[in-house]
Amino acid sequence: MRLTIEVWRQENPDVPGFFEEHAIEGAQEEMSLLELIDYLNDHLVSEGREPIAYDSDCREGICGTCGITVNDQPHGPVPNTPSCRQHLRSFKDGQKLRLEPLRSAAFPVIRDLVVDRSAMDRVIQAGGFVAVDAGTAADADSMQIGHGRAEKALDFAACIGCGACIAACPNGAANLFAGSVLNHLSTLPQGKPERSKRARSIIQEIDESFGPCSVYGECAVTCPAGIPLSAIAAVNRERARAALRRGKDD
Amino acid sequence: MADINISYGEDISGHVPEGDPATAWERRRDDYKLVSPLNRRKFKVIVVGTGLAGAGCAAALGELGYNVSSYTFHDSSRRAHSVAAQGGINSARARKVDNDSIHRFVKDTVKGGDFRGREADAFRLAEESVRVIDHMNGIGAPFAREYGGELTTRSFGGVQVSRTYYTRGQTGQQLQVSAHRALQRQVAAGTVNLHTHEEMLDLIVKDGRAVGIVTRNLRTGKISAETAHAVVLATGGYGNVFHKSTLAKNSNCTAAWRAHRRGAYFASPAYIQFHPTALPISSKFQSKTTLMSESLRNDGRIWVPLTAGDTRAANDIPENERDYYLERKYPAFANLTPRDIASRAAREQIEAGHGVGPLKNSVYLDFRDAKERLGVKVLDERYGNLFEMYRDATGEDPHEVPMRIAPGAHFAMGGLWTDYDQMSNIPGLFVGGEAGWAYHGANRLGANSLLSACVDGWFTLPYSVPHYLAEHLGEAPVDVADDVVVQTLADVQERIDRLMNIRGTVPTDHFHARLGEILYEGCGVSRNDSKLRRAIEEIRELRDEFYRELFVPGTGEQFNQELERAGRVEDYLELAELMCVDALDRKESAGAHFREEFQTDDGEAQRNDEEWCFVSAWEMGPDYSHIRHAEPLTFEAIELQTRNYK
Repeated sequence: MRLTIEVWRQENPDVPGFFEEHAIEGAQEEMSLLELIDYLNDHLVSEGREPIAYDSDCREGICGTCGITVNDQPHGPVPNTPSCRQHLRSFKDGQKLRLEPLRSAAFPVIRDLVVDRSAMDRVIQAGGFVAVDAGTAADADSMQIGHGRAEKALDFAACIGCGACIAACPNGAANLFAGSVLNHLSTLPQGKPERSKRARSIIQEIDESFGPCSVYGECAVTCPAGIPLSAIAAVNRERARAALRRGKDD
Repeated sequence: MADINISYGEDISGHVPEGDPATAWERRRDDYKLVSPLNRRKFKVIVVGTGLAGAGCAAALGELGYNVSSYTFHDSSRRAHSVAAQGGINSARARKVDNDSIHRFVKDTVKGGDFRGREADAFRLAEESVRVIDHMNGIGAPFAREYGGELTTRSFGGVQVSRTYYTRGQTGQQLQVSAHRALQRQVAAGTVNLHTHEEMLDLIVKDGRAVGIVTRNLRTGKISAETAHAVVLATGGYGNVFHKSTLAKNSNCTAAWRAHRRGAYFASPAYIQFHPTALPISSKFQSKTTLMSESLRNDGRIWVPLTAGDTRAANDIPENERDYYLERKYPAFANLTPRDIASRAAREQIEAGHGVGPLKNSVYLDFRDAKERLGVKVLDERYGNLFEMYRDATGEDPHEVPMRIAPGAHFAMGGLWTDYDQMSNIPGLFVGGEAGWAYHGANRLGANSLLSACVDGWFTLPYSVPHYLAEHLGEAPVDVADDVVVQTLADVQERIDRLMNIRGTVPTDHFHARLGEILYEGCGVSRNDSKLRRAIEEIRELRDEFYRELFVPGTGEQFNQELERAGRVEDYLELAELMCVDALDRKESAGAHFREEFQTDDGEAQRNDEEWCFVSAWEMGPDYSHIRHAEPLTFEAIELQTRNYK
């Protein structure tokens, strides 16, 4: 295949970035999007130039490290699929691909296609956990959780923390991400004792660090883990519930 | 032929408590010294790596009140490669009536490892496996449940009971994210200081003790040092030395290898597991081999065409012209034989011309019968995300055509040598998870790696590290202005400068890819004397070429991913030689280490317990010479026997 790549280059957070164009010959349909960048980088380094910086790790769609915006779509053209599992068979011979970092006010660019997503970990620090110390947990078999309930919790726990939902949102909202955490833990008995406390602190954190949710739904179309759109409803539900239970943890 | 310089050092002791291995852990814990709650914050512990072992250890020590400094080269503690384990986590809870028990778990693990691991370690693993499930469930991992609400299990290779707990095909992710969140809870509480995108490049050793680390910030290039009372390495395995492996692209051996360079012994480097259900290489641009979970072998049937060179499509080959070779050769375990045996059997079929696919380098894993028996819905509930991943990677739908699979480099049973307390031969340096060598002997059973990482992090190191700390009450960490710290910083800078200043023309990945080819050929699924000697020679030539021809663009004082990779490949070029030396030295077959010269009449691995019933722990000598120490192994509860899965 022959492709034209227009790729975002930015040396560091303090300087402006620009698009750089590359004509690529010899790409193959079965290559993944990231393997295409590897291929281009190999040419660049062989010519003595600096390669395009980008993040990736497992290349199996589970670690959440990768995330490249392709022609304005976070992760690429195939819905609900991470960049590492996007393949060139989605593109036409001769097509132009514009590659950018995940774009969001909460994600400053570090270099080229690499962004800083530490704002997401601050949501977890605010309360995205169960406060149980090592060795003190109850017997897992004495805690009965119906098959359907466990599966539902897993639907939300499947979030891989890539941040594409936030980049896909015109407002830069983190409601799908935060909602997946809230729904995962509120569905399980383990998460009940801190439910209101968790909701208050997580929602305060996303209100401060991310944009508001206007239910565009772009997040759920993009999400590579297929987190259901109902996660965003969880944010408002948990917000209302916590307000009614003022002064209580659960 | 290559001149190989091996000398033999003194035997070493694993410090396993005397007496019954089944009660060793309880007795050892009773002997451990304690640190009182008020004194704990006076001790600083560095934990490198935030996978299941590292995040668990850092969080547990933080919960206890120690002053923890946690390091990861990732942008978040959630990313570590533990996240990618699919199939499950074993536990000897033995709640069912399938006759599982602690003893049976230990037997499976020790026998699965072909009697080249420590029996007492396996007992600790089994004993602590019970509350690992309680704990991971307690901190939010949504384990799969029966309709009645109880935990459900499935079977894994090398085992005839059902003791593997799971969350669909994403068990590692759910455990890793739970551990990450527990760690973030400690970050919020102020007990853990988490350093992201900091890569450990050296260990600081003063007066024979580990007292700190040197790291490079991957975003800025800044090199810095931190000192502490103890250092824990939980930095994962070295399977990526093969270039094409099932590991994440950034997984590497650098932290462990730099500790080895500072004197830490490296145990059993030749023991590397080839996963039988990886996806075959389909093009030269492929960046890795994608892993398909072993759990697929519960319902998928492995076969090749009976006639070599058969080019018909899989579904056109009638039943009587298919060879279900695992079911034929190993009727008792069939498709669930341990990984080393399944990989070797696949390799045999491929080499005999029965391989399938365009490159004839794979075998079929077929769900046709399972689909008939269970229906698509149940199949998708069990393996839905794996089927999807396969479809993405290959464009084929496993509901309709069989998967194609091939052995791929996967898990490192070898790693830094540690004693029963998980302390290396350098006092103050502890090791957890795949970075170490414990439990798995010469072959790891499926679903024992998530378990060992959890047991190390949550339920072993939080006991054994304080025992070491207790002896150092009242001592401050070494001053960062100390000569030894300054010298270690200078050494790291010099290594970086050397790589930057080669200014050749060849990108790092070219060396790495060639190294992988050398190792697959010489130190792969099966090895022999002449292949290993040739590999060592080729590795040395490649290393010389690396130092002559490498090109790293940019500078060391910036975000520079090529430089990160160059440093890791430099270490692989040394590790690869040691792997081959270990494989050459060990004149027997054991588990995943299959020496063609040492096999039974029917082609199975032949151990030599008279001469080789020990762990090889290697010390780095001057000028690429190798000093081998031995830790003798004894088996009291599980009798030494030949593995038989027939």
